[in-house]
Amino acid sequence: MQLTGAEIVIRCLQEEKVEHVFGYPGGSVLFIYDEFFKQDQIKHILVRHEQGAVHAADAYSRSSNKIGVCMVTSGPGVTNAVTGIATAHMDSIPLVIISGQVPTAYIGQDAFQEADTVGITRPCVKHNFLVKDVKDLAVTIKKAFYLAKTGRPGPVLVDVPKDITVQKCEFQYPKTISMRSYNPVVKGHAGQIKKALQLLLEAKRPIIYTGGGVILSDSSEKLTRLTRTLGFPITQTLMGLGGYPATDKQFLGMLGMHGTYEANMAMQHADVVLAIGARFDDRVIGNPNHFAQVTRKIIHIDIDPSSISKRVKVDVPIVGNVPDVLDEMLKQLEAAEAKVDAKSLSAWWKEVEGWRSRNCLKYKQGKEIITPQYVVEKLYEVTGGDAFITSDVGQHQMFAAQFYKFDKPRRWINSGGLGTMGFGLPAAMGVRFANPKAPVACITGEGSIQMCIQELSTCKQFRLPVKIINLNNGYLGMVRQWQEMFHGNRYSESYVDALPDFVKLAEAYGHVGMRIEKPADVEPALREAFVKYKNELVFLDFIIDPKANVFPMVAAGKGLSEMILAEDL
Amino acid sequence: MRHIISILIENESGALSRVSGLFSARGYNIESLTVAPTEDASLSRMTIVSVGSEDIIEQITKQLNKLIDVVKVVELSEAAHIERELMLVKVRATGKDREEMKRVADIFRGRIIDVTDSSYVIELTGNTAKLDAFLDAIDRSLILETVRTGVCGIGRGDRILRV
Repeated sequence: MQLTGAEIVIRCLQEEKVEHVFGYPGGSVLFIYDEFFKQDQIKHILVRHEQGAVHAADAYSRSSNKIGVCMVTSGPGVTNAVTGIATAHMDSIPLVIISGQVPTAYIGQDAFQEADTVGITRPCVKHNFLVKDVKDLAVTIKKAFYLAKTGRPGPVLVDVPKDITVQKCEFQYPKTISMRSYNPVVKGHAGQIKKALQLLLEAKRPIIYTGGGVILSDSSEKLTRLTRTLGFPITQTLMGLGGYPATDKQFLGMLGMHGTYEANMAMQHADVVLAIGARFDDRVIGNPNHFAQVTRKIIHIDIDPSSISKRVKVDVPIVGNVPDVLDEMLKQLEAAEAKVDAKSLSAWWKEVEGWRSRNCLKYKQGKEIITPQYVVEKLYEVTGGDAFITSDVGQHQMFAAQFYKFDKPRRWINSGGLGTMGFGLPAAMGVRFANPKAPVACITGEGSIQMCIQELSTCKQFRLPVKIINLNNGYLGMVRQWQEMFHGNRYSESYVDALPDFVKLAEAYGHVGMRIEKPADVEPALREAFVKYKNELVFLDFIIDPKANVFPMVAAGKGLSEMILAEDL
Repeated sequence: MRHIISILIENESGALSRVSGLFSARGYNIESLTVAPTEDASLSRMTIVSVGSEDIIEQITKQLNKLIDVVKVVELSEAAHIERELMLVKVRATGKDREEMKRVADIFRGRIIDVTDSSYVIELTGNTAKLDAFLDAIDRSLILETVRTGVCGIGRGDRILRV
């Protein structure tokens, strides 16, 4: 049967079992939107800004392991989406973005709402396509879905000129796809795995260090089994939280710039590091030269060969899909005659416990001023540690990562790589669509929340009962912290004057707003939000200590063990 | 260290910008880049000359392999290979220089492919060093214009790069 390009787009999405598309209509995608109107299999979520659409689709994927799908129009629709696409790209999130384009004959003529979409997005997508013939449309969309999810995942964009959406051709959706230029590795090299295992069994001061790759590949269970079998300490990156139960005693907390004292010290002083789905980035190991001063053996499991030996020289590289490699590792471990060096391990644990006893996250909660750490701890208690937590970027993000103990994967949703302020609220929407019954909280600050605040309107339209935990200190907190510590207390442009009344703002959008100013009111307010107003969006504006800083801290360019601790430690 | 990287890439529009964009985005340098379709019109072959440490070249190779359109990547300079570059030089050729220029071109096995009463265009192929040597051998003030293709290269003997 002959279908138009617009019909083909919708049919392809249906074939891919897409349930939700986040988007915003415009001139170039009118025919596609017309087809949305004529069907009810796919639900379209109208956001208020294209950045919100991409963040929502992104978090939809992060919290469910489905591919997030968004649709935007040409020109400004695409440029608005770019921040969202780059965010997903940095964190390897599988998305398919369908963008409208001006008609083929107008391309290059500086037409109304024309932008070089393929050119603009090229550095921040896994791959992109410009469809030049309606006959290529279906296979291109198939490729987009295939590329997004396989190998190291990432966003894939398909740019569809308007004339293509009107032209007709025979529709047939390919069942499978193969590309001679794209063959991601799955199984790890068995010999390398054997070598790795030998190192692990001989290790005297081992540590397991995992990142977002464990979450993305749904390997938490296997990782937990391996970690428990080995009995090693484990630490995780910001992106890896939830990959191993945070309440377990083998877990040392997050490592890196704002990681725990014990995690950073153990990472620095380990003699064997087992890195899984992590990439030794600058926020994780600090200065690579300082890190390299200690001799250690590094085993690195990653699906992307280019992540291996990029910043830190690796001794045993294992390229492969994390769950497949872990399976093989567990199999070989169970069959191995040698056992871990229990004596050394127990001495190592003693040392680690010594570091842990510094209690580096200690803070004081007085009677007058609310501290941000206290709010996150109470949120953890009130939600039983079982909520989906999205966050924006800054101090509140670090407090959330340090104090909300994630026992399950895909519960901690944040922009780790790009560090995108404005991510939290639209992300919370995406999470809620993927998990319609789950409690969702967005931990944010008065700076970040205003970067995508318009999505409060989307939340109203779709009745999304997100709880916004606004840690309001009147400052761009992380900027202020750096200015205090490294720029002689010169608070250049980090004080946010003329803040809106967030309670009234929430009410104006049709939601519930609360301002909380006393520590004693924190828990009752949270309970009210999660119990009494269970089905409402509640904006909780916590007026917090403007001087609170995030510790421990590894200053930029410093080594992992050169942490700045809170004053009274 | 100077390295030569050969790439087979899908002959799609935008393929070149994916490769050149990768180099600029990651701060790798390109000394020269040549590209043209192969005997199979669906594939293009690129030759890139880059300078960097072993670690950087390893990263470049991995990053190139990660590009979806790239079918194969080989570091040509890690084993026996031949490299060639084509240069066209327009020189002033009058009076005694006319004969001298012809002689030097012959020594370098260059060919004169355009002649006017006051100029020659000399075509020369060879590796980069040979072309440089030719430019050094003639009187610089006589050079009116030069154009070079950049290096293209191929492995010796059994070293074959194809799909």
